[in-house]
Amino acid sequence: MNEITSGLLNVVSDWNGSFKGAYNIREDGGCAGRQSSENIKIEPKQDNPGIVIRISSKAQKETVYIPACVTHAGVNDLVYNDFIVEDGADVIIVAGCGVHSDGEEEARHNGIHRFFIGKNARVLYKEKHIGTGKGKGARRIDPVTDIHMDEASYMEMDTMQISGVTSTNRLTTASLGAGAKLVIRERLLTDGDETAKSDFTVSLDGEDSGVDLVSRSVAKGNSYQEYHSVIKGNCRCTGHSECDAILADNGRVNAAPELFAGNIDASLIHEAAIGKIAGEQIIKLRTLGLTEEEAEQKIIDGFLK
Amino acid sequence: MLELKGIHWKTPEGDEILKGVDLTVPKGKLTVVTGPNGGGKTSLAKIIAGLYTPDEGTISLNGADITPLDITERAKGGIAYAFQQPVRFKGLTVRDLLNLSAEETLPDNEICRILGEVGLCANEYMNREADSSLSGGESKRIEIATVLARKNAQMLVFDEPEAGIDLWSFSNLINAFERLKNEGGRTLLVISHQERIMEIADCIAVVANGTVTEFGNREDILPALLEREKGCKCPLKTTKREGC
Repeated sequence: MNEITSGLLNVVSDWNGSFKGAYNIREDGGCAGRQSSENIKIEPKQDNPGIVIRISSKAQKETVYIPACVTHAGVNDLVYNDFIVEDGADVIIVAGCGVHSDGEEEARHNGIHRFFIGKNARVLYKEKHIGTGKGKGARRIDPVTDIHMDEASYMEMDTMQISGVTSTNRLTTASLGAGAKLVIRERLLTDGDETAKSDFTVSLDGEDSGVDLVSRSVAKGNSYQEYHSVIKGNCRCTGHSECDAILADNGRVNAAPELFAGNIDASLIHEAAIGKIAGEQIIKLRTLGLTEEEAEQKIIDGFLK
Repeated sequence: MLELKGIHWKTPEGDEILKGVDLTVPKGKLTVVTGPNGGGKTSLAKIIAGLYTPDEGTISLNGADITPLDITERAKGGIAYAFQQPVRFKGLTVRDLLNLSAEETLPDNEICRILGEVGLCANEYMNREADSSLSGGESKRIEIATVLARKNAQMLVFDEPEAGIDLWSFSNLINAFERLKNEGGRTLLVISHQERIMEIADCIAVVANGTVTEFGNREDILPALLEREKGCKCPLKTTKREGC
């Protein structure tokens, strides 16, 4: 792999020169390294570019790394990855993405991930996105995530976009079986002229399924964000979504949460707040000795932590 | 020693809140500021911490004029201030706030000690976000803890620390004030209506209608204050206005 990939991996997937266990490193549309483990098998897809990751029931607290990097302008990487998680497996999936461009043309990664999570399986999915480089070409990351959760399964999806991504369009859909729980934590920072769109649709189809979706974002500079979530309560279930955004400079945010209750026992809640950093928060931190700028940064860092 | 001389302050709307406050808070002592609601006590505390800028008058700390200093500079200069209304933060944990207050990464046992002083169990609170999931009383105690964590502060200002906290935590708080007082070296200014806090004060100042109407040793001021609460019209004695 090249040095840019190495640097990006360091940021998005805790790379320190090697990965332990199963991994697949995607670089500019090609494979820069792959390894299966006894319980996690990674194979190339036959119909499309991408891989199939099969996680055995024997995998317990195992980690698999599947980072993807685009390292120069003019790359438009499209990949289809399927995760098949067997009943009772317990796995951590680290799937960061970095896009680097020093050129005039666009650099783009478009990852389409499908999850098939078996009964009683547990998945922690961590995804960190970053854009780097000094080129004028746009750095785009457009992830599509499609989740199917079987009975009593659990998934926590922890996504974070740190900085430098010119444009992102995140589309996430999920359907939950009986007793399945989905936790989504999105953190997003945009600056300059960046744009970010997040669209979540979660169908609660099985009795006692539940989703907890929290999105926190900061829109700085002239950036623009759109947040749209739909939680469909089709049975006895619980759904909670929370969208909090901090505005700075000329940042703009359009949040449109949506709840649909199709059953009398569906219990759905939404909370949303958009605004600048509260003046009293800055004053409190200044009384601890921070400058106004330090206080603002501390509040933003904490908010997105 | 903190000295306020001729402090006047108006709200942006033009309401005159402080009308020539003269007050000397002796170094290393606990001074309670009490008085009727709306009399100017919180405005005075905010003037001291730099949240408000006086229209007239000067403030000096240990002989140095701090009137032109802003909030940050006063904090760095050794003034700590516990807000009457605690501020909540999404994303910052109790541990984060205490570390910021102490200007260092505190070990768990030190966080435990500080939170214990305000009646909180550290294991339950130190990694919690200081957000609206906390009750008013919990937030208030954490607010006080942020000042107790300020190791380098010489002047500690507490604005109605008793408000909203339970009796057991209040007892802990009294103990914390007594400890700070007995350790010496730090000057405490506590805005309070609580008799138990006044009972441990060295000096008491009564602020009403924007001025200091009485000031003196606790022994001289408190009995008359308590009598007045019972309906007695007896006048308060003002003893030593400087240095209590």
